[in-house]
Amino acid sequence: MNLSLLIIVPLLTALCILPLKQLKQVRAVSLIGSLAQLLLCLDLLWSYMKERKAGNSAAFLFEDNYTWYAPLNINYHIGVDGISIAMILLTAFVVIAGVLVSWKMEKLSKEFFFLLIFLSLGAYGFFIALDLFTLFFFLEVAVIPKFMLIGIWGSGKKEYSAMKLALMLMGGSALVFVGLAGIYFNTNSFDLIQIAGMDIPIEVQKLFFPFAFIGFGIFTALFPFHTWVPDGHSSAPTAASMFLAGISMKLGGYGCLRVATYLMPDAAHEYSTIIIVLACIAILYGAFATMMQTDLKYINAYSSVSHCGFVLLGIGMLTKTAIDGAVLQMVSHGLMTALFFAVIGMIYDRTHTRQVEQLGGLMKMMPFISTVFVIAGLCSLGLPGFSGFVAEMTVFMGSWQKADAFYRIATIIACASIVVTAVYILRATGKAIMGPIVNNEHLSLGDAGWNEKLATGLLILGIVIIGIAPFLLKGLINPGTEIIINKIATLGN
Amino acid sequence: MVNEFLILMKQELIITFIIFVLLFIKLGKQETKNETLINLVNILFTLNLISGFFFQQSGTLFGDMFYTNGLFTFEKNLLNLGTLIISLQSYNWLKDHKHVSEFYILMLSTLLGMFFMISSQNLLMFYLALELSTIPLAAMANFDLEKRRSSEAAFKMIISSAFSSGLLLFGISLVYGTMGTLNLHELSIGFVSTPINIFAFILLLAGFAFKISAVPFHLWTADVYEGSPVSVTSYLSVISKGAILFVFTTVLYSAFSPIDDTFSETWYNMLFLISVITMIIGNLFALRQQNMKRFLAFSSIAQVGFILIGVTGQSREGVASVIFFVLIYIFSNLAAFGVINLVSAETGRENINDYKGFYKTNKGLSWVLAIALFSLGGIPPTAGFFGKFFLLLAGAGRGNYLLITIAALNMVISLYYYLKVIKAIFMDANDNPIENVKAGWSPKMAMIICVAGIVITGLASGAYNYIHSLLK
Repeated sequence: MNLSLLIIVPLLTALCILPLKQLKQVRAVSLIGSLAQLLLCLDLLWSYMKERKAGNSAAFLFEDNYTWYAPLNINYHIGVDGISIAMILLTAFVVIAGVLVSWKMEKLSKEFFFLLIFLSLGAYGFFIALDLFTLFFFLEVAVIPKFMLIGIWGSGKKEYSAMKLALMLMGGSALVFVGLAGIYFNTNSFDLIQIAGMDIPIEVQKLFFPFAFIGFGIFTALFPFHTWVPDGHSSAPTAASMFLAGISMKLGGYGCLRVATYLMPDAAHEYSTIIIVLACIAILYGAFATMMQTDLKYINAYSSVSHCGFVLLGIGMLTKTAIDGAVLQMVSHGLMTALFFAVIGMIYDRTHTRQVEQLGGLMKMMPFISTVFVIAGLCSLGLPGFSGFVAEMTVFMGSWQKADAFYRIATIIACASIVVTAVYILRATGKAIMGPIVNNEHLSLGDAGWNEKLATGLLILGIVIIGIAPFLLKGLINPGTEIIINKIATLGN
Repeated sequence: MVNEFLILMKQELIITFIIFVLLFIKLGKQETKNETLINLVNILFTLNLISGFFFQQSGTLFGDMFYTNGLFTFEKNLLNLGTLIISLQSYNWLKDHKHVSEFYILMLSTLLGMFFMISSQNLLMFYLALELSTIPLAAMANFDLEKRRSSEAAFKMIISSAFSSGLLLFGISLVYGTMGTLNLHELSIGFVSTPINIFAFILLLAGFAFKISAVPFHLWTADVYEGSPVSVTSYLSVISKGAILFVFTTVLYSAFSPIDDTFSETWYNMLFLISVITMIIGNLFALRQQNMKRFLAFSSIAQVGFILIGVTGQSREGVASVIFFVLIYIFSNLAAFGVINLVSAETGRENINDYKGFYKTNKGLSWVLAIALFSLGGIPPTAGFFGKFFLLLAGAGRGNYLLITIAALNMVISLYYYLKVIKAIFMDANDNPIENVKAGWSPKMAMIICVAGIVITGLASGAYNYIHSLLK
């Protein structure tokens, strides 16, 4: 299995889109390209399982290592473990759903699909990188397409949101850069595996951990750097919102886990209280802020802040179960929020409003879309049977394992947010989906087309599989989290 | 001997040859058409560029006055390449100009001066070469003959460079007074950090800072850039600045290499300070600019701040990253100037607001400008990302994480103004956008070279590794 294909396929797709003239061709090429991505990822999963079954217990599989900048000891080093594969699969699902949802995109469609596919390239590269330079490279590759997508195709105060997003994310990566430079000069290497095998002095770790963690944290809406999330998500066009919330925020969570916590475990111990406090604030603040929103996209954006708080909470707890939960939450939230944004986009395309009070009784006009909305909502509030329940439950279990008043209180606070989640989700659903019909013009609106059904169907499939058979995903990520937790356990004591 | 002379000085000799060809054409009775002349010069330039890669040899001439080696030849080649690109870009502007051959003669004289400057092994020789490269530049700044701003620019340029030359000369004379020699190599052996020597060093540093327009010696830059014709502005900001930076690193690392602790501290702190304020001031001023040329002028001041970080690194990687960045800077800045040059020559519009809605009318040019600005802002996968990354990495080599934190945050500020232009091009609506600009084959070619350079130089590590291998 050649992992570089994950970069080459999107790149070729993007380049093929450029010379095309007609909308139909652009759509076809994007769809074929994203389908190829999905097949590739499934094949990757398949061969990974096969290797593991055959008893290959290496930390990372399918490694490739080419020298890139020899004098600086920079390599193009890639490889995957279970965690990265989970993320890669998530990316493939969201990309194909995004392409399907934007089927009707007519304004500058060529550029739109080009940027969308290019964005997926950045995400794949980030998830397979085992060299910090390569990782950083792909992290930044994924910023500017977002700026363009929001700024050109967005709605509302799009320029403002695009600029805010780009600058805050670049600020995040600037901090990440300082963290990486610190690691580099104390280990003389950018190689993740090599660095993990070394003991970085604790003072160095304490100095650079905050840079790396906050830097990546900005990507995943770490409080108080979450302000780009609501604006960015709500101004973005549907597919970009899906991508932003579904994948882009996961880049941060993955980075916090793989780079900050894995490479600097001592510092992670030192700072874990601060991380947990910030995560709890994000969870509660996000949930309460959502209650006040009337715009469907803002509702989902603020709830993303709250849900991504669980990821950080899981990482901050530093127990095996909690970190498992954090990874599960990343995947689950990625699928769920992409589904939510997709369905909000569909409603907006038809009714041209996202204000809850202007909507009502949608179930009668568009039963399919409404059902999907309800499913996404239930997953978001953590109903058993969907992925959200599994992920949040695992995080709580993991946090509860820390038998200390502080951690217990944090867990209780985080749990309490579920009630708030239920309030806003059920209120929005009740008003917009059930309820009486507010606007009689809405009576003539049609239901989802084939492309929308396919897109949401794929995402729901993912959510339900994780919800019903969580052991599949847990088994997949288990070796990866085990390595991380072993490193934390040995060095932390 | 003659052979050696011909080979070691081949780049200088070819440039002199082209100057003479142009002079003879000018003296001849026949009127030559502008187009023919420009094409002829471009062909000769290309030959010159190609020849630079052959017969590389190192050695000294004229009693240690002139020294060349693989690195210097490469640096000269970079300048050659940049000049060729500028010449290709200026086609639309020059073809209706009355004094084409004079323009080229002046430009080549400055280039010749820069070549000698790079190769100078003696501060006196360096000073001579520097003057050769600045005085014709002032004349070039005045080349929009009908515009008053252009003459104003030339005047400001000549006065400020005279002042900085004065500082340099004072520093050089102090060095000669205490050391009794001006040879860079001998200086590096005998340098001791007495107060007068440090004073001389500071004077020299100030002179250099003037030429690379580092803060607080940057005040001339914006006005001169704005007033000069776009081709001259791009020449000033890329070629002239690049050449001085090459010499700057050579001098700092040879004659004034920090040998003892006191001097090392002064050396480092001075550069650190200049680098930080240059970045910050350049960025803050660039935020408010409305004119494209002025905007790029201030952004180029900020870029110098970044380049100085690499210089502070005091390592082989540091010097390599500086030269590598100049290479990338040539491609990126010239790509941006190429578009501005074309638009300015065809429509005369130079404000950022004029570029609103540019994407609707000029798709190709918009992408070229966008890629150039991304590269200047340090966004991957463009080469600018690699250049900035390596500069900052070299700066962190001394363990000064404060410096790179400031620099990394400055990159975010600089991104804001680059993205503002991108926003104008792609996102803003405009009732009266710039009409479709047709580029001839020659500006097109220049843009293809630049864009290819921006894309390839970073992703393929060849250029950096080559530069690194040239440094000993």
